[in-house]
Amino acid sequence: MNNASLWSLFLNAAVINNFVLSLFLGICPFLGISGKRDTAFRMGVAVIFVMVVSSAAAYGIHHLLVWLNAEYLQLIAYIAVIASTVQLVEMIIKKFSPALFRALGIYLPLITTNCAILGVALFQTLREYTLAQSLVFSLGSGVGFTLALMLMAGFREDLALAEVPSLVKGTALTLMLAGILSLTFMGFGGLGG
Amino acid sequence: MHSHGTTPAPQQPHAGGWNTFLQGLWKENPVFIQVLGMCPTLAVSNSVVNAVSMGLATLFVLLMSNLAVSLVRRLIPDQIRIATFIVIIATFVTVAEYLLQAVSVEVYQALGAYVPLIVVNCIILGRAESFASKNPPLPSLVDALGMGLGFVVAISSMGVLREVLGAGTFMGWPVFGERFEPWVIFVLPGGGFFVLGALMLGVVAINNRTKRGTP
Repeated sequence: MNNASLWSLFLNAAVINNFVLSLFLGICPFLGISGKRDTAFRMGVAVIFVMVVSSAAAYGIHHLLVWLNAEYLQLIAYIAVIASTVQLVEMIIKKFSPALFRALGIYLPLITTNCAILGVALFQTLREYTLAQSLVFSLGSGVGFTLALMLMAGFREDLALAEVPSLVKGTALTLMLAGILSLTFMGFGGLGG
Repeated sequence: MHSHGTTPAPQQPHAGGWNTFLQGLWKENPVFIQVLGMCPTLAVSNSVVNAVSMGLATLFVLLMSNLAVSLVRRLIPDQIRIATFIVIIATFVTVAEYLLQAVSVEVYQALGAYVPLIVVNCIILGRAESFASKNPPLPSLVDALGMGLGFVVAISSMGVLREVLGAGTFMGWPVFGERFEPWVIFVLPGGGFFVLGALMLGVVAINNRTKRGTP
């Protein structure tokens, strides 16, 4: 697995093993923030950024911990890094683009508890990716997350106008839709091999 | 004492009693009503054994972290409380990871990265923030037990449905006999979404009926 080419790694993370639709990571923002295409896209971009930065940091930390013989600290170290990356991103965006900062609002701090981010860090450690592979893998995962979020948001914007029985309105309907989307994404299975 | 931007939620009357327990188990079920902890509920509910082990591991972490947070709740400065909670939770998840590895390596390998991912299960952080940080240890334990069991019930029912329909077995034992053709879709990712959606529909329907029944 760890000698996979960069392109196949990217494709694999983005569509074939899509984080949301086939690995079930990052479901909370997927259900919560997929109401509007506009906010979904901004959230997606923020997630991509945090994913790539924290993946690079996690790569360094993993090697430091192995060198120190303290692998049992891995989980605590990762989560601390992700929390501080999010904090850092928040400060940078606030300084350089207050408009974007206001637009992202509450979604920025919420990224800390997005399991897709920790998932990327854990998977890249588990599969022993090199630094370049880790970066491409995290970029692909972020793109896949954004793709799923945007697709869902598109559906839900249309659904807002449709007449559905009051019983299924809300989460149940969203889950059914996600199921259909997930089935569709299985069709990409043959792409990577 | 607290310097929240908003006023802290008022302490519930009789917090910690039978009501608190039932609250988590059904009325405020973390999965079906609050829609929290979706990732493990969907990801590892493809067999009964996986689902129940994940449920019990989460219950353990929830109990321990609620107890710990409640014990140190007066010592934590308000600004860094979330970071403190996360570190406490991560500690107990590491303990749970090693425990699970000791009990059954097979289950540990089947659950894979989803065991360390318990850290970001929103149910646990949610209970630490909204209950344990405001209540004494005993009620916090009761709350954790109710919520944790609510999660176990939810994820186990998913596991039973998906394994019985998708593989035709229950904990590895065949239920339908030779001629049953398993509906493989139920153990695939898409099926997880369908089963959870259907269960949620059921819960909404039951709740609507009881609301109509008792005016």
